[in-house]
Amino acid sequence: MSARDAILNRLRNRRDGELTAPVSDFSVVEAKQWSVSDRVDLFQQKIESVHAEVHRVSQTDWLDKLKALVQAKGLNNLLVPQKAQVGVDIRQQWSDDLPELLSYGQPIEGWKAELFSGVDGAVTDVRSAIAETGSLVLWPDNDQPRLMSLVPPVHFAIVDADQLKNTFHEVIRSEGWVNQGMPTNALLISGPSKTADIEQTLAYGVHGPKELIVLIRQ
Amino acid sequence: MSSIKLYPPKPEKVYFFGTCLVDMFYPDAGMAGIQLLEREGIEVIFPQDQTCCGQPAYTSGFHDQAREVAAAQLTLFPQDYPVVLPSGSCAGMMREHYPELFTGQPEEALAKNVANRVYELTEFLMHVCHIRLEDKGEPVKVAMHTSCSARREMGLGDVGPALLGQLDNVELVEQARIKECCGFGGAFSVRHPEISEAMVTDKVEAIDATGADSMITSDCGCMMNITGAAEHMKKDFKGEHIASFLWRRCHES
Amino acid sequence: MSHNQSAAQGAVKAFHPRVQEAINNPQIRANFRKAMDGLMDKRLAAFPQDDELQQLRDLAAAIRLRALSKLPELLERLEANLTANGVKVHWAENGDQACQIILDICQQKNAKSVIKGKSMVSEEMELNHYLEKHNIEALESDLGEYIVQLAEETPSHIIMPAIHKNTDQISDLMHDKTGTKRSRDVEYLTAEARQQLRERFEKADIGVSGVNFAVAETGTLCLVENEGNGRLTTTVPPVHIAVTGIEKVVENLEDVTPLLSLLTRSATGQHITTYFNMISSPRKEGELDGPEEVHLVLVDSGRSNIYQDDELLDTLRCIRCGACMNHCPVYTRIGGHAYGYTYPGPIGKILMPHLAGLDDAKDLPSASSLCGACGEVCPVRIPIPKLLVRLREEAVAGDSQHNDSGVKGRGSKRSTSESLIWKSWAGMHKSGGLYRAGTGAATVFRALMPNKIGAWTKCRTAPKLAASTLHQQVKARGKNGGES
Repeated sequence: MSARDAILNRLRNRRDGELTAPVSDFSVVEAKQWSVSDRVDLFQQKIESVHAEVHRVSQTDWLDKLKALVQAKGLNNLLVPQKAQVGVDIRQQWSDDLPELLSYGQPIEGWKAELFSGVDGAVTDVRSAIAETGSLVLWPDNDQPRLMSLVPPVHFAIVDADQLKNTFHEVIRSEGWVNQGMPTNALLISGPSKTADIEQTLAYGVHGPKELIVLIRQ
Repeated sequence: MSSIKLYPPKPEKVYFFGTCLVDMFYPDAGMAGIQLLEREGIEVIFPQDQTCCGQPAYTSGFHDQAREVAAAQLTLFPQDYPVVLPSGSCAGMMREHYPELFTGQPEEALAKNVANRVYELTEFLMHVCHIRLEDKGEPVKVAMHTSCSARREMGLGDVGPALLGQLDNVELVEQARIKECCGFGGAFSVRHPEISEAMVTDKVEAIDATGADSMITSDCGCMMNITGAAEHMKKDFKGEHIASFLWRRCHES
Repeated sequence: MSHNQSAAQGAVKAFHPRVQEAINNPQIRANFRKAMDGLMDKRLAAFPQDDELQQLRDLAAAIRLRALSKLPELLERLEANLTANGVKVHWAENGDQACQIILDICQQKNAKSVIKGKSMVSEEMELNHYLEKHNIEALESDLGEYIVQLAEETPSHIIMPAIHKNTDQISDLMHDKTGTKRSRDVEYLTAEARQQLRERFEKADIGVSGVNFAVAETGTLCLVENEGNGRLTTTVPPVHIAVTGIEKVVENLEDVTPLLSLLTRSATGQHITTYFNMISSPRKEGELDGPEEVHLVLVDSGRSNIYQDDELLDTLRCIRCGACMNHCPVYTRIGGHAYGYTYPGPIGKILMPHLAGLDDAKDLPSASSLCGACGEVCPVRIPIPKLLVRLREEAVAGDSQHNDSGVKGRGSKRSTSESLIWKSWAGMHKSGGLYRAGTGAATVFRALMPNKIGAWTKCRTAPKLAASTLHQQVKARGKNGGES
């Protein structure tokens, strides 16, 4: 008998008989609701508490803020999506005196070394964001691949205030994740990469970005 | 663990289960408990055939033997009076573990019946008797150690301090890591003496650091452990069962 | 259980000496005390509203019990959905089989180096040793695991593997093994480790990770982490192998939301970890990164045996937050290594006897004062103290109702002398007359503890028998109870 069948057989022929499932009452999760403006405040408070940098911007001045931040942080280049609207906007309004814009234009195998050591920052949009935990929700795709939000030392995330949901539970439910089918990879990101493995002392950027900068467009 | 308990009105009579540790080592605590109940106008019945709740065998894994001894105790409370114990640990055994121990046994219904009327002494004094205490003693500084069974199994973490709070001349000080176990754990203290020693040593140091004159507890296992270690470590504070302490404070002249 | 059984047996024989050694080591005592105090405070602060916590625990316990109640169906559903998504699913009866499955994949891919994200199941089956025996390098990438691997040790905590070491010790270790400067600057040490590991990530042939929750409904593997090494492990190498116990499955995607919230808050007091990584398939056509192949290895290793029993089943609810060890006064004193097993602390005491057998792990269930701190904080309400008592019973075969329990090593701790003591104890205590006759209890107490009183008085004065018993004092008063 295969290991699979042997294990399943043991589970099926349980000595103490069939089990019944208790009721799962999700009301404690569903009860978490905030007004739109409270959601923004809570999101900012939560994600700042885990060391993210947050800037509230408008639909018209966000690019100026981004440019200023990129320059202030002394980044030499910036990895930017090609198709997503944030990428299109950045590329249209960028100027030559600003750090070079890069594209994730090929499979990772073709430029792994360069991505790992030559890219200073990256910009992504988000699918939604979560107020309760201060989390960004990302579904990486061909245009904004998985490593974009992970390998460069600085990650800029552009969030629209109306993308904010109350809870992760609400995100899954309201966006119909189960019915539309899960992507290759879905992510919640809450702050920059960190560790406390050396004597409970927090240190940032252990493997992923050392800085997470969130622009909330209101 | 324990669900919210609704307390009955004060009864005319109760059974008193002294517990084996009180019987052998701290009978004064038992007598004080009986007298505190009588002071509330309650008639206290002490079944002479009582021995031990069975916990030592139970926590050692000898459940057949624990069941034999527990079954004998179940026969001692034929009337529907509350059963009061001066120990959170033994009360926890009867209230929380008797029903499981007798599941599927002839005594199942009786075990549940008794379990439902088991009370720890201070719980009973506070929530059923609504006792009012008048302090007649000299000013004194005490620390309270609530046993883990009383605190977690019986949910009585607030009861001891609340009773001590009624005594005007008693200053209650709080030791560091107040909720941490003292390291007794019955047979644990002799099966794993190194760990138990480390735990009780820390507990004694924490109590000593408060400058308390005495350590008050509602469980004799903890008291034997903590005061035994404190004496060994030549610390100044004394240990006293909360029943003895309350009775003494209300009758000192 | 597996190729590491002999090592585990060696460890258990040395339980008391190991405990003694840990207790006498001031560095271990100080490191754990400081860490556990901090973790307890953080957890408390993460649950400001007790009623929310209690409702979440009710929900989480219900979700885990629901998953267990449908376990075989959910495992099949998980397998079907993962397979449809392009993930290959493997089943292993034990750690050896799981190691062999992983080795086969490595050999097929001609892999020379494996990079690992944190996985307790891979620790349980000693995967690193197994791969190294077959000339495949296995490198841990979680910073704590990396430190522990450099030190040639095992994790001392399931969430914080290097918690037994302080900064100076880690600085010395990294200096000796990797040539970094000695420094108390944690930022510097972390940055050095990042650099060392980044190079390895670039070159690794295979990534091996654990799984926190496997969602049957969608065929999704969820990983909880802060560092990003889990994401790198599961994204950069061309092959990703996830390995997990069969109990980690949950039914629905929404089920993970309260479990995640409780897991991170209970473990370290974080409202969420930096990353929650949900993987449902290998790289799809047109995608520019991610592994071309994803495998899931489902490991039993005694879990299906635990599953047979209504009471022991609760062990399988565990979501591996480590709160039980953070709050355990025994773990705080002796640290993780003294236990001698992969899973230390309260969860280890109720899990390892099944994985290794009670004959092997016989000292674990008794090494608890039953204080209940573990059960009080468990986010899925595992009644740990109750299960410890049950395993004590199994160890001595002390309840004739459980003779067919099937627990591995049942009765292996039963000794004629202890059985005799409890039989005579029962004989004396089931009769009020006999009990009173020899001033009953006192005599028995002495008989019961003939060799043990030394252990007691090493650090305490001996308890003094009262001049008269409570029975005698009550009788002397002549009121109720004067007659039996």
